Amino acid sequence: MCLAVPVKIVFIDGDEAETEIAGVRRRVSIALTPEAKLGDYVLLHTGYAIGVIDEAEAEETLKLLEEIASLSEVY
Amino acid sequence: MKFIDEYRDSELARGLAYKIAKRSTKTIRLMEFCGGHTHAILRYGIRQLVPKTVEMRSGPGCPVCVTATADLDKAIALAHLPDVIITTFGDMTRVPGSYSSLQQAKAEGADVRIVYSTIDAVEMAQANPGKSVIFAGIGFETTAPTIAASIIKARRDKIKNFYVLSLNKLTPPVMKVLLDSGELKLDGIIGPGHVSVIIGSHPYEFIPKDYGVACVISGFEPLDILLCIDKLVEQIEKGEPKVEIAYPRGVKPAGNRKAWQLTERVFEIGEANWRGIGIVPQSGLKVREKYERFDADKAFSVTLKPPKEPKGCRCGDVIRGAAMPLECKLFRKVCTPESPVGPCMVSSEGACAAYYQYGTLENLQVF
Repeated sequence: MCLAVPVKIVFIDGDEAETEIAGVRRRVSIALTPEAKLGDYVLLHTGYAIGVIDEAEAEETLKLLEEIASLSEVY
Repeated sequence: MKFIDEYRDSELARGLAYKIAKRSTKTIRLMEFCGGHTHAILRYGIRQLVPKTVEMRSGPGCPVCVTATADLDKAIALAHLPDVIITTFGDMTRVPGSYSSLQQAKAEGADVRIVYSTIDAVEMAQANPGKSVIFAGIGFETTAPTIAASIIKARRDKIKNFYVLSLNKLTPPVMKVLLDSGELKLDGIIGPGHVSVIIGSHPYEFIPKDYGVACVISGFEPLDILLCIDKLVEQIEKGEPKVEIAYPRGVKPAGNRKAWQLTERVFEIGEANWRGIGIVPQSGLKVREKYERFDADKAFSVTLKPPKEPKGCRCGDVIRGAAMPLECKLFRKVCTPESPVGPCMVSSEGACAAYYQYGTLENLQVF
């Protein structure tokens, strides 16, 4: 129910946007995320973008995970 | 797929699992509030990756599961009214009510249709001007703004035959009820990621402050959940519970203010009836007077027989985390996804469905 998937905005038309994930395109409402820009990734939930993904934070999390893995003695 | 695949990396998962195992000394009990987390935890074998010191319980975060039988009965009764089309999300149609289900109502001639989005329900109303289209709106804070948006759109486009049966529920109040009951003695909560995209992290501050329980908001990929458990273990070991976000690419402390403002424009906070928990004040959303002509509760009246729960079904206990699916005598014997007795086996987010689908002997064991 609270499932949301990251999709990329490839076209904006007023409060709707064309989005893409793994080659599948879908028109979604961006009424809840007016700040969404072309090229942004948004979290798509039941036909609505509910949030814009923060790419810098995404990178930070990955860096942190890599750091944890490199510190683990198993390697 | 970007923002998905990189958070499923098995090498990184091993690193995290190792760190958690090394750090964890105390025996602790965590609850994942969200049914999406329950499924991810079972699907990716996260219970086997974390040490035995970390016990995990599933919570009430499955909208279909927490819908009270009485509310379900109402949706079924509405479906039987003449010239009514009931629309709802998929899983809802299969949940057995007291005497029937939406699916059964459909087989008996009622017009019940599954929609992917409230947008589809509004379009259905436009395409069927002679019918009343009712959206049985279940969901938490994640979904509420999309239902609010549909009512605003219907008002703007002067659609007169669209209605919402508001069964929306709010997460912080029910967390408080669970913590107050003391039934479980939790040390930490895996906070719901997509609810928090909308409401942010502030509404959970009472959890560490009033109950001394750690709360870390998590994403839904396996690395997100492991990172969340890592942070929870760290907080609990140090004895410093607080609210943290382990899903910063999606969740900001303030949430999506625009989406919540829209929700508050259409809805006001009222009581809600939760399966297994009962009526919880201030835990639901009611349509405001200004928008009351879209409120199915005001526009239609149905007579209901007293609700009755399926015999032997422990879904209510499973929702509270008080029972594991295996502790229910019906689980896997009488109650299966093909022939579910209760909603926890129907919903794709229900704990029983997750344990049925992904359960191994190890993670089925009762603690």
